Amino acid sequence: MVSRIIALVIKEFLALLKDPKSRFVIIGPPVIQLLVFGYAATFDLTNVPFAIYNESPSEEARQLVARFRGSANFNDVATITHDEQIAPLVDSKRVLLVVHIGPRFSRDLRSRAGAAVQIILDGRDSNTAMLAMGYVQKIVNGFNVQWAGENDKPEPPARLVMRSWFNPNLLSRWFIIPGIVGLLTLVVTMLVTALSVAREREQGTFDQLLVTPYRPWEVLIGKAVPGFVIGMVEATLISVVAVFWFQVPLLGSLPALYTGLFLFLLSAIGVGLMISSLSVTQQQGLLGAFMFLVPAIILSGFATPILNMPPLVQKLTLINPMRYFMVIVRGVFLEGTPFHLLIGQFWPLAVIGIVTLSIAAWLFRRRMY
Amino acid sequence: MRLRGLIRKEFLQAFRDPSSLGIAFVLPVVLLLLFGYGVSLDAENVPVALVVEKPTPDTASLCGAFEHSRYFEPVYLHGMHAALQALSAHRIQAIVHLREDFSRRLFSPGSAAIQLIVNGVDANTARIVEGYVEGVYGNWLEDYAVDKGRPLNIPASIEQRVWFNSNLRSRNFLVPGLVAVIMTLIGALLTALLMAREWERGTMEALMVTPVTIREILIGKIVPYFILGMGGMALSVIMAVWQFDVPLRGSIWVLLLGTSLFLLTALGMGLLISTTARNQFVAGQLAIITTFLPAFILSGFIFDIGSMPPVIRAITYLIPARYFVAILQTVFLAGDVWPIIAPNSLALMIMATVFIGLTRLKTRKRLD
Repeated sequence: MVSRIIALVIKEFLALLKDPKSRFVIIGPPVIQLLVFGYAATFDLTNVPFAIYNESPSEEARQLVARFRGSANFNDVATITHDEQIAPLVDSKRVLLVVHIGPRFSRDLRSRAGAAVQIILDGRDSNTAMLAMGYVQKIVNGFNVQWAGENDKPEPPARLVMRSWFNPNLLSRWFIIPGIVGLLTLVVTMLVTALSVAREREQGTFDQLLVTPYRPWEVLIGKAVPGFVIGMVEATLISVVAVFWFQVPLLGSLPALYTGLFLFLLSAIGVGLMISSLSVTQQQGLLGAFMFLVPAIILSGFATPILNMPPLVQKLTLINPMRYFMVIVRGVFLEGTPFHLLIGQFWPLAVIGIVTLSIAAWLFRRRMY
Repeated sequence: MRLRGLIRKEFLQAFRDPSSLGIAFVLPVVLLLLFGYGVSLDAENVPVALVVEKPTPDTASLCGAFEHSRYFEPVYLHGMHAALQALSAHRIQAIVHLREDFSRRLFSPGSAAIQLIVNGVDANTARIVEGYVEGVYGNWLEDYAVDKGRPLNIPASIEQRVWFNSNLRSRNFLVPGLVAVIMTLIGALLTALLMAREWERGTMEALMVTPVTIREILIGKIVPYFILGMGGMALSVIMAVWQFDVPLRGSIWVLLLGTSLFLLTALGMGLLISTTARNQFVAGQLAIITTFLPAFILSGFIFDIGSMPPVIRAITYLIPARYFVAILQTVFLAGDVWPIIAPNSLALMIMATVFIGLTRLKTRKRLD
């Protein structure tokens, strides 16, 4: 019986890998994508184009301008001398923000109310705008401290000391790359499995498989193993690149990571095979995989935190296997979360896997036309 | 006449498979609802622990400031040990720590320290939380100093004016960006399988023995899916404007122009994939790899293109969604700004020509 299953597994592998084009799309793109996305997916702004509109000839204004020009986050692309020049620059997206220093800046600095630095922001991309505003705030704070010190003004009674744990420099790359490990693993596994039954249905070979002495669960194993092996290899490859190329710390233990990966693949394959056995054509399989993949990625906490979602949507994420794997992979990579603290993430994955795999096996037999 | 027959055939094929209609009309609605309501980069009710070693009226007034902020949901914990455990277990996002000498050191040289520890795993959220804490701290500091009769003198303060999206609502920029992702899916994913399917099922040979020309076959494939895509777009725009209150400041004609150009590009891309692959599995893989993920990550829809390294920035010029996102964000939020619309439309026009032209060259009436 075991040799029967092995024969089936070999057949599935051949179906996937015998065509050079199909071999390439399984192995090549995920690695290329990790490299591209690893560099692209960042919330750290390094090159915000801005313009200075300085109407004050004072030394203080020059100091403030120098702080903006010297910042690694900003890139000075234009100097403005008239009000009318602002709108065209912002409208055409040549600058994201304009720093406007009024003519009475240095006099106002010494007044009770203080001076105002006007910042005009392009709000079309509100996240970038908000992040840029944070950098502006830091620059102006730095200027204030220096100016107060030089002019013998009293310092504020309390100060804020900030530290961040697990990611001391707040590199968003550390957050995104472990997420990409989960993302690409899910995409590849889903595609390998979601089309596997649908392809045989479309070509009519699935009926032949059903009249052989194979039991449904044996067919299930035969279909699941290639996805499983490819997913494992892919995830390992991507993790190696994450650690050795992108220098993301891997603080936790490999057993914890691989237990998570094992259960995650189980649930991904379950969903993939379920979709596949529901579809009659490969188009339906592919579109079904998409209908699952897109919400699964969006509602996993990959790019935007689950905590920001409304309560109803947060409940909905509980059936999303990617959600649990995101916690596992980020925990193991960045926080060194030990095995026992991850059990709360492991069991939902196991439940999703068992339920979807059982439904898939059941559908093999029931859905025939 | 021949062309009409072909178009009719494609329409029938699209309408008889419920999944085609699903992706054109159900996917936009589901995704826009999920994104519009579900996805937000604005953190609210951040759980934060307040650790006060020695409660005094001063610490009470600072803690009160956190309690009154709509951004925070503070809990009081005893001792840093408990707080750090809660931080590791993700029960809280940040710790505000006031040492026992806090009150004594206020107004003394060196000033009192308010220690903030955030969980930095999600760097973006961590930064936003830091910003909120800074805001609470700044307001408290001003009020507190006035109370004590020593008003603060803040030399320079920021006066911010946000154009096009004055409340910085993240939905206003996410929804137009999402429309671009959805249109990429509708355009490229459906067509990616078209030619491959004909090859795989052997019906391509049947088409070849008829007198129809390659041009007619391609037009026959493009027209029905163009109409389907336009339908999906109309649905998305209606939802964006009436369901999500995203302003549409530009004209509908510019929107129509941009969408037509983008759809042609996406359809061309899908057909090119399809003719090159001739195999539905490979075509499907390629479609996902070259459409959805780049449209999501490299289009400037969530991640800022300007901050990517130069090599990656160069790659984004090859992603059609990049141009469409720029057009959509501008037409929705800013209006008909031609310096943005003209170059991006031109880029799409070139890409559409290249993709459809390449497909035309690659499709031959030959069986090899």
